[in-house]
Amino acid sequence: MSAPIIEIRDVSKTYDASEARPALADFSLEVAPGEALAVLGPSGSGKSTLLNLIAGLDRPSRGSVRVAGTAVHELGEAGLAGYRREQIGMVFQFFNLLDDLTVEDNVLIPAQLAGVSRAEARERANGLLTRLGIARHARAYPGALSGGQRQRVAVARALMNNPPLLLADEPTGALDSASAAEVRELLGALVAEGRTLVLVTHDTALAAQCATRIIELVDGRLARDVRNSPVAVAR
Amino acid sequence: MSRQDKGGRKGPLSRIVRAGVGRKRVQTLVMTLTTMTAVTASVLAGGLLLDSQGPYQRAFDAQHGAHLSADFSGATVDAGQLTATAHATGVTQTAGPYATLTLHPRVAAGNHFMPAGDPLGAMTVVGRPIDGPLDDLRVTVGRWVDGPGEIVLPDGDSPLAVGDKMVVPNAPGHPTLTVVGLAASVTATADGWVAPQEIPALTPSGAVPDRQMLYRFAHAGTRTEVEADHAAIASALPAGAVLSSTSYLDVEVDANRNSATFVPFLVAFGVLGLLMSLLVIGVVVSGAVTAGRRRIGILKSLGFTPSQVVRAYLGQALIPAGVGAVGGVLLGNLLSIPIMGVADKALHSVTLGVPFWLDLVVPLVTLAAVAGAALIPARRAGRLRTIEALAVGRTEQAGRFGRSAHGFASRLPLPRWLTLGLALPFGRPARSVTTVAAVVLGTIGVTFGIGLALSLNQVEQGLSQQMPGSVQVMPFPAPGSSTKPRLVTMADLDAAGRAIAAQPGTAGSAEMSFAHAGVAGKTGQTQIVTYQGDSAWAAMQLVSGRWFTGPGEADVPLAFLTAYGAHVGDTVTLTSGGHGAPVKIVGEVLSLHNELLTDAGSLDPLALPLVPDSRFFSIDLRPGTDPVAYSDSLNHALAPYGLTAMPNPPHINLVVISMDTLATILTLMLVVVAGLGVLNTVLLDTRERVHDLGVLKALGLKPRQTVGMVLASVTLTGLLAGTVGVPLGILLQRTVLPAMAGAAGTEVPGVDLDVFHAPLVAGLLVGGLLLATLGALAPASWAARARTATALRTE
Repeated sequence: MSAPIIEIRDVSKTYDASEARPALADFSLEVAPGEALAVLGPSGSGKSTLLNLIAGLDRPSRGSVRVAGTAVHELGEAGLAGYRREQIGMVFQFFNLLDDLTVEDNVLIPAQLAGVSRAEARERANGLLTRLGIARHARAYPGALSGGQRQRVAVARALMNNPPLLLADEPTGALDSASAAEVRELLGALVAEGRTLVLVTHDTALAAQCATRIIELVDGRLARDVRNSPVAVAR
Repeated sequence: MSRQDKGGRKGPLSRIVRAGVGRKRVQTLVMTLTTMTAVTASVLAGGLLLDSQGPYQRAFDAQHGAHLSADFSGATVDAGQLTATAHATGVTQTAGPYATLTLHPRVAAGNHFMPAGDPLGAMTVVGRPIDGPLDDLRVTVGRWVDGPGEIVLPDGDSPLAVGDKMVVPNAPGHPTLTVVGLAASVTATADGWVAPQEIPALTPSGAVPDRQMLYRFAHAGTRTEVEADHAAIASALPAGAVLSSTSYLDVEVDANRNSATFVPFLVAFGVLGLLMSLLVIGVVVSGAVTAGRRRIGILKSLGFTPSQVVRAYLGQALIPAGVGAVGGVLLGNLLSIPIMGVADKALHSVTLGVPFWLDLVVPLVTLAAVAGAALIPARRAGRLRTIEALAVGRTEQAGRFGRSAHGFASRLPLPRWLTLGLALPFGRPARSVTTVAAVVLGTIGVTFGIGLALSLNQVEQGLSQQMPGSVQVMPFPAPGSSTKPRLVTMADLDAAGRAIAAQPGTAGSAEMSFAHAGVAGKTGQTQIVTYQGDSAWAAMQLVSGRWFTGPGEADVPLAFLTAYGAHVGDTVTLTSGGHGAPVKIVGEVLSLHNELLTDAGSLDPLALPLVPDSRFFSIDLRPGTDPVAYSDSLNHALAPYGLTAMPNPPHINLVVISMDTLATILTLMLVVVAGLGVLNTVLLDTRERVHDLGVLKALGLKPRQTVGMVLASVTLTGLLAGTVGVPLGILLQRTVLPAMAGAAGTEVPGVDLDVFHAPLVAGLLVGGLLLATLGALAPASWAARARTATALRTE
């Protein structure tokens, strides 16, 4: 068995010392390469906290977080920036596209920050936009696109540096049903390619369609951990 | 209606305003400081403007000033003839005749400051009562004379203090006079006053005292009118009767010179401060409205009317502006004490201050302007639709302009974090333009302030040429030396001249002296500064023309040209005792005095009496010669002749020092305000873009790159401000300085205006960038430190 790409050991996260209950409590988890993990749970269960800790957007109060051998919890701000450029791609509920940049410019940013040459970055971006079916919108601004199209752009941006780990936080949460179906299909296809995915969602259909493993959090603790045969993979 | 009911309408609004003021500390600080700068400069400028125009006239009226004071030859006209001049055309009132004498007193033993034996120079002493029909004397220290052996000296010009004594060697019996008081004459009629019965005791045997008359005329508003009045009096008397005369207009110019000089640059700083406060307050309130959209929505959803919202935002501007206005009034009045004190000294008659009404009007006008600037964004806040304001929105969508800028910047061959920063200001062009304007004003202020200080120092150096050289040799023994004071003779001066020439280290020397003479066809006497020997090294700074090269040529300042209606190239005839000496004006020099500088030989035709104690030597030293050692050595050689060599003390001009200090304070205030304006704008931009920053950080933007991106966003602002502000600042310096010089009665030599050399200009151009960068540094650090997860959650 190959080494886990994510290793979370005894992590607790408390936002306010006076809080009676931590957002995550003594939480441990391993995710294998190629695994598509869906994290389910009610609001306030610690799903987003878990994702933020894996992404290095937040630090654990206690415990360790390692991703692809990198001790994320020990990195400084500059180190975290490098980690986010190279090791992960993120997809957000509200897309988080920069509204005053074109679709292409939004997608180019991670490569440009990583110092990839403009020509190579454009080639990568064009490839991704074509593959995700939004090449004709390359010169458009995000405000002119539908929700599904915007999330495709966000996915393209997340894949720009070909990171080993893709993180998605409620990727269908802000979409209508048709757009949500588009995104589910897209993520399913990525999982089918063998890409490692951590998906935080309320959307059980998305979990069922994309995830190879589903965990459920309740009050910051692991309540359920089951294997799943994703519909998309099966299809 | 109960208090609680009232609170329902009034209470919440004031609480909202207080919360807005308290929570937005940077905005509050910026608005307070901008208003304070504008009010401080305006109070000072307004106070000095009034100071320079009103008080002389008030003092003139209160002390029944004379339009003309004229001295007549006692040998030529009698008292009856002078009394009859009261009927000359245009004369409405007279005083006199009073007997006058020219004394050459020396310091007596036991004085406060000066050593015994020091000459006090030629002194015109008038015997008269304290009150006349004209030119009432106002005793400022001590008392008026009430017996023999007493004298009152003019306040402000007196070398002696009350209680000091002077000996009069050229009067019979070498009488001693005790200074019993200091008095102010609004028309500067004498160098000292004694009781009329004292005059015979002070008159040298065989001499006849001259006589002084004071006049008021029906028309005396202009120099031409006073000249015509003077001509009417002279025509009623025998030729040569008028020895000298002084017009009140010349005294007024002297009295107002210092304070009037401050006005042009204070007005410049006041206007800059006011414009900047309007711009910055406009952008701050506008930013507060933009940043507070959601807050406005909540207020409206709770039942606030549009008018209450407008008042809330006006209040948030007016409270800090009110604090700034009060601070500005206090600071303006505080600074006015030393500055207007200089003006008071020049007037030596009326104690001045900032009028109370000005302390009210300036802040009220400023606050009205602030309210006007804040009203536009406040009304925008009032008009915002509640549903729009409440709608969750991230960064407000950039306009077409901003998008084009991003598109263009993305193609630049620069790191992406840098190009993202460069394009940021175009997302909010109106705010950016206002910020550029604020930094432009700051850059203008800095450029102007630095140019002003450099020019003033150059002018100061030029003025110090009135006492040229590194060493002066004066016609009295060194204080504390064993040499007994005695009258210096012309032979002593000749011997001293030879000793100076023979002294190792002497590069050049000029024997200088002061004399007085009239100018043919004009009223008044002018001071003549004569130079004997090589004077080229001692030449004063030239405004135009050249330095004189021999007898028959002269240089004069603007005050002389104005007073006598002369021009460079004209020939004027100096007059004294019925003799005339024509001199050609070959150059205009920088000087605040009404004087004529010429070769000593030019005055030969006037046959002026030789007064050895009015002469002194100015010595230029060879490079590397120590003035102190040189003076010590030279004093051994001069001891037998009763003269003393001493290093020329540094020329300290309190007016220039006051101006430098004030310009520095106001420049710093403008810089701080401009910097805070940038800080506020960048902070607003950064806060509005905190979500975008979070996204970029989530995509891998490093803290250092975040700082760089935010700083890059002000690069264009800084460069543009420098490019526009520096030339405007130079233009302002070249406009204001001549106006200041004009107020002081002189012109500025070109060399004193041309202080902006290439390295300085380059530095100032970068200064705009530096100013903008300093302002943006704090928000940039904040942006870099902002936690990514928090930023991403920000809506």
